[in-house]
Amino acid sequence: MADTVFRAAEDGALPQIPVGDWIDTGFDWVTENFSPVFDVISDVTEAGVEGLRDALLFPPSILLAVLLAVLGGVVRSVRFGVVSLLGLLLLISMRMWEPAMATLALVLVSALIAVAIGIPIGIAAAKSDRVSSALRPVLDFMQTMPAFVYLVPAVTFFGIGLVPGVVTTIIFAMPPGVRLTELGIRQVDQELVEAGHAFGSPPGRILRGIQLPLALPTIMAGVNQVIMLALSMAVIAGLIGAAGLGGVVVTSISRLDIGLGFEGGLSVVILAIYLDRLTSAFGQQRGRLGAIPSFLSRGGSVGKGGLAASSRSADAVTPVGTDQNSPNRPAR
Amino acid sequence: MPAVHAEGLFKVFGRRTAEAVDRLRDGASVADVRERGATPAVIDVSFTVEPGEIFVVMGLSGSGKSTLLRMLNGLLEVTAGTVHVGEAELTALDEKALRRLRQEQMSMVFQHFALFPHRSVLDNAAYALEVRGVDRATRRARAQEALALVGLDQWADQKPGQLSGGMKQRVGLARALAADTDLLLMDEAFSALDPLIRREMQDQLLELQASLGKTIVFITHDLNEAMRLGDRIAIMRDGRVVQIGTPDQILETPADDYVKQFLADVDRGRVFTARHVMVEAPTLVAPAAAPAHVLRTMQEHRSGSVLVGDGDGRVAGVATEDAVRAAVATGAPSLAGLALLPPVDVRATTTLSDLLAPAAQDEVPVTVVDDDGRLLGVVPRGAVLAALGGVPRPAPSAAPASADPVGATAMATKETTRG
Repeated sequence: MADTVFRAAEDGALPQIPVGDWIDTGFDWVTENFSPVFDVISDVTEAGVEGLRDALLFPPSILLAVLLAVLGGVVRSVRFGVVSLLGLLLLISMRMWEPAMATLALVLVSALIAVAIGIPIGIAAAKSDRVSSALRPVLDFMQTMPAFVYLVPAVTFFGIGLVPGVVTTIIFAMPPGVRLTELGIRQVDQELVEAGHAFGSPPGRILRGIQLPLALPTIMAGVNQVIMLALSMAVIAGLIGAAGLGGVVVTSISRLDIGLGFEGGLSVVILAIYLDRLTSAFGQQRGRLGAIPSFLSRGGSVGKGGLAASSRSADAVTPVGTDQNSPNRPAR
Repeated sequence: MPAVHAEGLFKVFGRRTAEAVDRLRDGASVADVRERGATPAVIDVSFTVEPGEIFVVMGLSGSGKSTLLRMLNGLLEVTAGTVHVGEAELTALDEKALRRLRQEQMSMVFQHFALFPHRSVLDNAAYALEVRGVDRATRRARAQEALALVGLDQWADQKPGQLSGGMKQRVGLARALAADTDLLLMDEAFSALDPLIRREMQDQLLELQASLGKTIVFITHDLNEAMRLGDRIAIMRDGRVVQIGTPDQILETPADDYVKQFLADVDRGRVFTARHVMVEAPTLVAPAAAPAHVLRTMQEHRSGSVLVGDGDGRVAGVATEDAVRAAVATGAPSLAGLALLPPVDVRATTTLSDLLAPAAQDEVPVTVVDDDGRLLGVVPRGAVLAALGGVPRPAPSAAPASADPVGATAMATKETTRG
């Protein structure tokens, strides 16, 4: 009885706020007014993903599998190359190559866009405390909002198919790129930045020559996380008609086909492990591949010591151990 | 024209800083200002640094010395006051002009070295020139020269991570030297080094400064270091300068009890050098002088030995009273054939600690000579102990050496052997 009293009191005391209605209205307004914009985005994205997918499917599947395995062998280790070759051949044998390449294309395009947007935002957040604190709740929102919730508005804007899949994937995958870029830059020893200023370096030069090269291992850990999240979201995007492994999994659920579902799932795992190991190797290794950071700073390349410290963190979600120097020396 | 001129500098962090400056100018206490949410770090500091001078700012942590240094190159904006570097009024410059001034006129050495770990030692040393837009070949050549100055030219291709602390700071110094700016700002540059290396770096800095003639503003919390390096020292406490003066002035007339407390910790044996205790060089006795005349003068001055010159300002050796007496007895016409004792030479930079052993022997007076072996002065017996014990030096005029033709008085008197 007390229960009903409380419930009645609660219902009466607080007015109902129709958040859902407002969101609906807002989305309707955006759809009405910006549909040409969405059309353009839609066309460009679709062309990008499908183009990449077609390119991936153009060579004989075995040849591409061998090439990917060789890339893995060069970037990481021979052992990794061999294992990834076996995994990729298994994909082909399960007849999952085509959906896997469709998913790979979706992941790569989404991750590329997410990184291209995320890193500059992360830099801005590292430079300004105000941007950083304004951004934090937005990133929390993007990361913790159940992924399915994105699907509905994406469909209303872009319709069923590939493009809403890409858009939701970008939104879902971007936060770690932003966060780890900010973290990486903020972790750079303040005294080094001060040294840049003391010798009269302009801010852009300090960013390119000191902050970005030293933050690179952490940023690469972020890129790795972006790719992994993009892969997990690309599968969910199968629900709204994005082709690929997500589609396979959705089909298997609707048909209660355990075997097909397992094949689809296993393919996702193979792709995920390959992408994770490959990108984390990019973050920690430059010796065998040449100076990756050289595009950031012509003067030099990231020292082995700093990168070794980050190699552990590249696999972890939060790279606590990526400090180059003593981190966060209090500002004087 | 002074190299650096700071006038009425204030730095206040926190809220309502301008108001805090006004209140401090009106005599409000720091605690008073703090209560209103402002934190004063530097309060009404004025000083002038002359070209070629080593100006040391000494203070404990939190005294505002590092903040002060960062206002001298604009890394921190002043809350009030002006800074002039050479002709330029630094505090009036815009960002771009300020960067230019930093590139061309000042460089900085950091407490924790602040070397770029992703660049080679050579590229680190060349950084300032790179920023200034000097072409690659020139800047590498000049960086290599700077590394040679600090003795690290062999390490040019290494990464800083492979060097020891002392070597890292040498690279830091080379980076500042390669910039070839007249003004060098050094922020606790040697504080992170262990004592042995620190000493070595201090010596090296003094040598470099003597040959390159840089103007140096040096921050330290170590009074011994300040005394060793500084031509003048500013002592800071709670954001204010409590005394500015030469090491001697500060030692002899400390401004207040706070400074006195510090001086209690000064290791005089390491701070003072032969230059501080020596008296004016006596005239050297020519080898051609008549022994009888020399002996008479020695007895007049109750002196046990004389310095015999080589005719070129160097000390050929020391003649003891016994030796001169023997020469008189044998009727030798001059001191030329006399068996002379070898002189005991020290440099003007020799510390009192290192002077103790030479001064302890009582056969021969301790002579202070320059790089070419020319006589600068002598260290009177007892002067080393007096300086170590904090006994004030007699006024220079009290030393009668120049009035003494034979140059015997300033020397150690061998009263023990004379009975």
